[in-house]
Amino acid sequence: MSATAQRPPVAPPIEVAPDADPDNRLHPVTDPDNPLRRLTPEQLERLGQELDALHEEVYADLGERDARYIRATIRLHRQLAVGGRALLLGSRRRGLWIAGTAALSVAKILENMEIGHNVMHGQWDWMNDPDINSQSWDWDTASPADAWRHSHNYEHHTFTNIRGKDRDLGYEIMRIDPHQRWHPVYLLQPLYNLLLMGFFEWGVAMHDLNFEAIKSGEKPKAKALAELRAIGLKARRQAVKDYIAFPLLSAAASRDRNAFKATLVANFTSNIVRNVWAHSIIFCGHFPDQTYTFSEREVENETRGGWYVRQLLGSANIDGGPAFHFLSGNLGFQVEHHLFPDIPSSRYAEIAPRVRDICRRYDLPYNSGPFHRQLGAVHRTILRLAFPGGRVRPKQGTYGEAG
Amino acid sequence: MSERGAVPTVAPLHRRALRLIGSFTSPLSPDHYLEMLNPLWSTLELRGRVEGVHRESATAVTVTIRPGRGWEGHLPGQYVRLGVEVDGVHHWRAYSLTSDPQRADGRIAITPKLVPGGKVSPYLFRRLRPGAIVRLGGVEGTFVLPTPRPARLLLVSAGSGITPIASMLRGLARTRELDNIVHLHCARTAEEAIFRDELRALHDRRAGYRLHERLTAAHGRLTPAELERLCPDWRERDAYVCGPSGLLRVLSEHWRTEGDPARMHVERFQPLDWLDDGAGGAGADGAMAGDGVGCGAGGSIDLCASNIRAHSDGRQPILVAGEQAGAKLPHGCRMGICHSCVGRLRSGRVRDLRTGRVHGTPGELLRTCVNAPEGPIEIEL
Repeated sequence: MSATAQRPPVAPPIEVAPDADPDNRLHPVTDPDNPLRRLTPEQLERLGQELDALHEEVYADLGERDARYIRATIRLHRQLAVGGRALLLGSRRRGLWIAGTAALSVAKILENMEIGHNVMHGQWDWMNDPDINSQSWDWDTASPADAWRHSHNYEHHTFTNIRGKDRDLGYEIMRIDPHQRWHPVYLLQPLYNLLLMGFFEWGVAMHDLNFEAIKSGEKPKAKALAELRAIGLKARRQAVKDYIAFPLLSAAASRDRNAFKATLVANFTSNIVRNVWAHSIIFCGHFPDQTYTFSEREVENETRGGWYVRQLLGSANIDGGPAFHFLSGNLGFQVEHHLFPDIPSSRYAEIAPRVRDICRRYDLPYNSGPFHRQLGAVHRTILRLAFPGGRVRPKQGTYGEAG
Repeated sequence: MSERGAVPTVAPLHRRALRLIGSFTSPLSPDHYLEMLNPLWSTLELRGRVEGVHRESATAVTVTIRPGRGWEGHLPGQYVRLGVEVDGVHHWRAYSLTSDPQRADGRIAITPKLVPGGKVSPYLFRRLRPGAIVRLGGVEGTFVLPTPRPARLLLVSAGSGITPIASMLRGLARTRELDNIVHLHCARTAEEAIFRDELRALHDRRAGYRLHERLTAAHGRLTPAELERLCPDWRERDAYVCGPSGLLRVLSEHWRTEGDPARMHVERFQPLDWLDDGAGGAGADGAMAGDGVGCGAGGSIDLCASNIRAHSDGRQPILVAGEQAGAKLPHGCRMGICHSCVGRLRSGRVRDLRTGRVHGTPGELLRTCVNAPEGPIEIEL
């Protein structure tokens, strides 16, 4: 039925010069190893057209099966949430505590990643559904929807991996790229990275506020205050729900005062589990060794094709099975997500072979690796770059079958 | 934001209870969990469950719906906005309610006409099954009988124009007020005539209801001359007329020159002929050929919330044209990826500058940075 499910057509590789731009005139890319330099403007334009056509093909095919998928996922989240909360009414019993905490953690992960992140990207706006909609959705994390949509959908997805413009590069508190100038405060980054892992949603909410813009006056004080209040409201709601309402309910249901604490700890644990998982998946998206970063000058007058290549070079995938991808909001397909942020996440696995084929033909890298390797590279970098110096890691080269 | 159904009025106590339970469900509402048990319980949005789908004629289908809590009823002659999902996408259409508002079983009914090549009516006609959940918008329309009803009535209907009048007749039959009514009804053929048996049975059983049926494929259209012949005292009657715009034009002219236009009441289905259903008006669903909206390069852009009118030559996206006209519009990447710039289309069609595809239905969320108007549009920004 869908064309996306077919085998990719086998086409010969495109002829690319070792360096189509030795004098640095076509692209201002200065890194001589950057694969962008191997492509002529004509090739870039064709690449852009191919990827546009792929986007169009998927959008033309969206329909009932996609709508069923997101509804089923939302229903599963709600069932898991109800199930987990119900199990935790008996939180004084060890087995129930473990099962309830596990169910609740998975529910929160689904709600945050496969549902919240993707719905708020507008991946499901084509359904014209008033609820499953980027403009009306709210999620169970600390970030108010509006502020997150601006800092993530707009800033990060438009300026991906441009140093000085993509504030998600190290989230302004970490040195994640050797191009960033070292400062003694980075000595502490392995430590506060651990904190960020556990309390990732709060880190993201603070990040959305954009202290730099507030300081420089770019963001009006009133707006900043309103956003801060919105975060406060979300914080209060989460605290009331997870640390007062449900613990009280457990205590009342089991007529055991200690159940209050047991449920509170369970809920806290599930928030931490969700945060650690989200942090791990998201850090693997752009910070493993093989990704490239760009200076502002390197992306001056960028074309549509150039934009696509930057997304490709700046993102990294995680290998995994269907369950892994489901639980990571399909962000293991970070490359596909960054090329097409508004394609429904459930379609990324289907188009991945096509994107790989394009990479092969244009002699571009397609970054992917097992979870432990990508995550290992991320934490190695965070450790290494806490100290002065550091070099850009050697890249895996052009597209290989290993990808 | 996409169109949503009517918000049911909820008793204050109920509202307070929901808010309290909301402490356990935030950021969701308790309704989001309750609707997993029964979608009709939602207090966020009025819904209905389809309980019957009945082929009324060769080209019309009656859909019987059990409305959820909060349905406030309708007056005969009014229409309801209906939201249905077709191939994963929500579409909204307005249809006249054809049921008696006081049906004993509490259900409501609509009777859309099939428009070949349309989006919604073929779905209702061929694929809709009992059990489906639909969204219900507000009940609207001023094509209603006053209370008490006028002593002498003339009803004129053509095609699916019968739909609002069917509700009137059913209401009057229940309250035993079917006296002194002349009804001129046109249909193309006997196979396409809606409610034919029911209308004839009424005519046979109730002396006060006189039906004159006309099959236009065989006998031609209704003319003012025939009005004189079939209903000589039409000047003394309050007339309720519903049908294609051609018929309405001719009859309005006749009432203006020969009768008292104040006694003629017309339901004009909006000729939104650029909708893929041919027409989107109440119950019409393609019954009429409209005047057409100019298709060409660009068009005017009414920014409803900003109260600014902009113009695009067809190359400028809505966002750019709006900004040039001085509007402050939400925007982000300006390349169609971030959805920061979306605005709700109120009317008109747009062209996606990336693909050249012309699209757009009222209520749809558009990215203003990659769409240009195709003819005049209104957008809620």
